[in-house]
Amino acid sequence: MTDMDQATYAVSGAIGSLGARVIFDRIEKRYGSVVAVDDVSLDISPGEFITLLGPSGSGKTTTLMMLAGFEIPTAGEIYVDEDPIAAVPPYRRNIGMVFQNYALFPHMTVGENIAFPLQMRKMSKAEITRQSGEVLDLVGLPGYEGRYPRQLSGGQQQRVAVARALVFNPRVLLMDEPLGALDKQLREHLQLEIKALHEQLGVTIIYVTHDQEEALVMSDRIAVMNNGRIEQCGRPTELYDEPSTRFVATFIGESNFIDAVVERLDGTAVCVEAPGLGELRAPMRSGLTAGAPVMLTVRPEKIVAVGDENGMAADMNVVTGTVDDVVFVGEMRRYVVVLPGAQRLVLKAQNRRGVQGFARGDPIRVCWNVDDCRIV
Amino acid sequence: MTASTPAALPRPDAAAVSRTRRRTRPPLSLSRVLLWIVVAVVLAYLVFPVFIVAPVSFSSAKYLQFPPPGWSLQWYENYLNRPGWVPATFVSIRVAIITTLLATTLGTAASLALVRGRFPGRNAINSFMVSPLVVPGIIVAIGIYFFYAQAKLVGNPLGLAFAHTALALPFVVTNVSATLHGFDERLEYAAMNLGANRWQTFRRVTLPIIRPGVFAGALFAFITSFDELIVALFVSGSGAVTLPRKMWDSLRQEIDPTIAAVSTILITLSVAILLSAELLRQRSERIRTATWIAEEEELGARE
Ligand SMILES: Nc1ncnc2c1ncn2[C@@H]1O[C@H](COP(=O)(O)OP(=O)(O)OP(=O)(O)O)[C@@H](O)[C@H]1O
Ligand SMILES: [Mg+2]
Repeated sequence: MTDMDQATYAVSGAIGSLGARVIFDRIEKRYGSVVAVDDVSLDISPGEFITLLGPSGSGKTTTLMMLAGFEIPTAGEIYVDEDPIAAVPPYRRNIGMVFQNYALFPHMTVGENIAFPLQMRKMSKAEITRQSGEVLDLVGLPGYEGRYPRQLSGGQQQRVAVARALVFNPRVLLMDEPLGALDKQLREHLQLEIKALHEQLGVTIIYVTHDQEEALVMSDRIAVMNNGRIEQCGRPTELYDEPSTRFVATFIGESNFIDAVVERLDGTAVCVEAPGLGELRAPMRSGLTAGAPVMLTVRPEKIVAVGDENGMAADMNVVTGTVDDVVFVGEMRRYVVVLPGAQRLVLKAQNRRGVQGFARGDPIRVCWNVDDCRIV
Repeated sequence: MTASTPAALPRPDAAAVSRTRRRTRPPLSLSRVLLWIVVAVVLAYLVFPVFIVAPVSFSSAKYLQFPPPGWSLQWYENYLNRPGWVPATFVSIRVAIITTLLATTLGTAASLALVRGRFPGRNAINSFMVSPLVVPGIIVAIGIYFFYAQAKLVGNPLGLAFAHTALALPFVVTNVSATLHGFDERLEYAAMNLGANRWQTFRRVTLPIIRPGVFAGALFAFITSFDELIVALFVSGSGAVTLPRKMWDSLRQEIDPTIAAVSTILITLSVAILLSAELLRQRSERIRTATWIAEEEELGARE
């Protein structure tokens, strides 16, 4: 890694613009019988940093491509600042894009790459030189105008791609896995830089990644995509603490799932019957009827091991089982617990003085707050 | 890389390394020796006619005789003085240049459509475009002749250039298509995203990157037209007599070493064109890699 990879985006004056509002209204994209994007609706506020998160093939790139104008939706309409953009060709949309492999023009120098969008906008030479210099300062690559892209490191190329996408003051910036090709350390560094840049410029950013950690760190909101649909869209904490589908619960963070059947609904909570575990409770959610098979999900770190003292608080779910496996992972221990009925539960216990350790084969009693679990 | 770009290699040790790396050869073995012999025989077979024709063109004899009994430039004088030869040379060059321009433009456009486009019958059109490669020349020539006779294009250099364009198109299409297949389409998306319309995208991004393929196609087009005989026999009439056609005519009247002199000129011209094209290509490449190496060194020194 060179010094330049460590540089931070500098503060600057003229570059930056008010972000636009972007609305996807029931967008669908089919390729023959393949539905790449299925009934996607999103309302993105001006200046928001929103991330499309999903596994490979879930339709993230296709969604961006439709906004950029390279794919035409088979149904639905996209609006930028209230105006439908279906009839606007890609080269008039004024939407910046950082491609997955950067797509820097190999036959042009860094300076020529960055000047390109300005030349297309018929700017004067002097103005182009000024703005190019400014944007290169902004991304921490001053004086790199004469280099060819192949003479730059991956991180530097990424910065040039960002500079080129920002130099013409787009109101929306699309980024398709911009850090996918970089090593972990550099990726984490650039995540923070892009975030800082976003805060400084105020541009609306639609970011694509399949790395859930990256999405959690960077985004104002995350839209989790699967099979072309948006499974859930919300703030990072919302998605983590209140996943509404099993897919979201597995895709973001680690989760336990317990098979159960709805027993009764008592207004504020759902009581479910899990085979071998008795009655468990979860926060109320709509659309449930007694007798329906469901899954109860709870995060490993929300579960705590307790002694066999009586007098458990009423808002706790308590189950007992046997420790099947213990893994020491530095700051915590990870226990796999086998429950009656052969279901398994993973829990993480902080590695602190005073926290009781368990060994394989030990009986164990664990509990979690009712509000910490979900029915999915 | 040595004399022309001294500044490109600021660190002598790096230069030495790359030099030794290039000098190392695999050890001589029997199979390598055999390979060299086979290669030499094949090459000799290919250029053999040149070694007969070139000396004969400088012969002092009055008829075709090998080896020549003595040396003279009389047949080159014949080429310059006898009627028809020099004009035929200019017709050939003119037709070849028009063919090159037409075939390169049309062929590049066709390749773009065939590689990028998503339309029905694409494969069929592709096969159709390259069919002149497999259809016997005489069949093509007869077809063109009948058509041109009605269209009154026989004996018209432009008509001949059109016919040659059809013959040269496959070479342009195959060359340009091959380069386009390796071209990252996202670069075009990026250009449009940055505000370039389709034409600007082609001019500023696509064309510069596929230029080697276009260039190779253009060379093939030139050579295809420059030494084409069969179609020329049918449609050149009296107004568009090309060099190969003139050679054919003169062969039927008399066989003297003038034909060897003309052949030598033809070969020299073709080789000169190919060679200068190759030199141009190498030079531009050298400029690029030279700056690249210089910058690499600089990067390396700083790290
Ligand atoms: N031109 C096309 N023709 C047919 N199917 C396509 C085309 N482009 C995309 N698809 C399909 O649409 C679906 C969504 O693709 P898309 O590229 O949007 O996924 P993605 O979420 O970006 O995946 P990744 O993380 O791998 O980039 C995939 O199933 C893909 O096979
Ligand atoms: Mg993608």
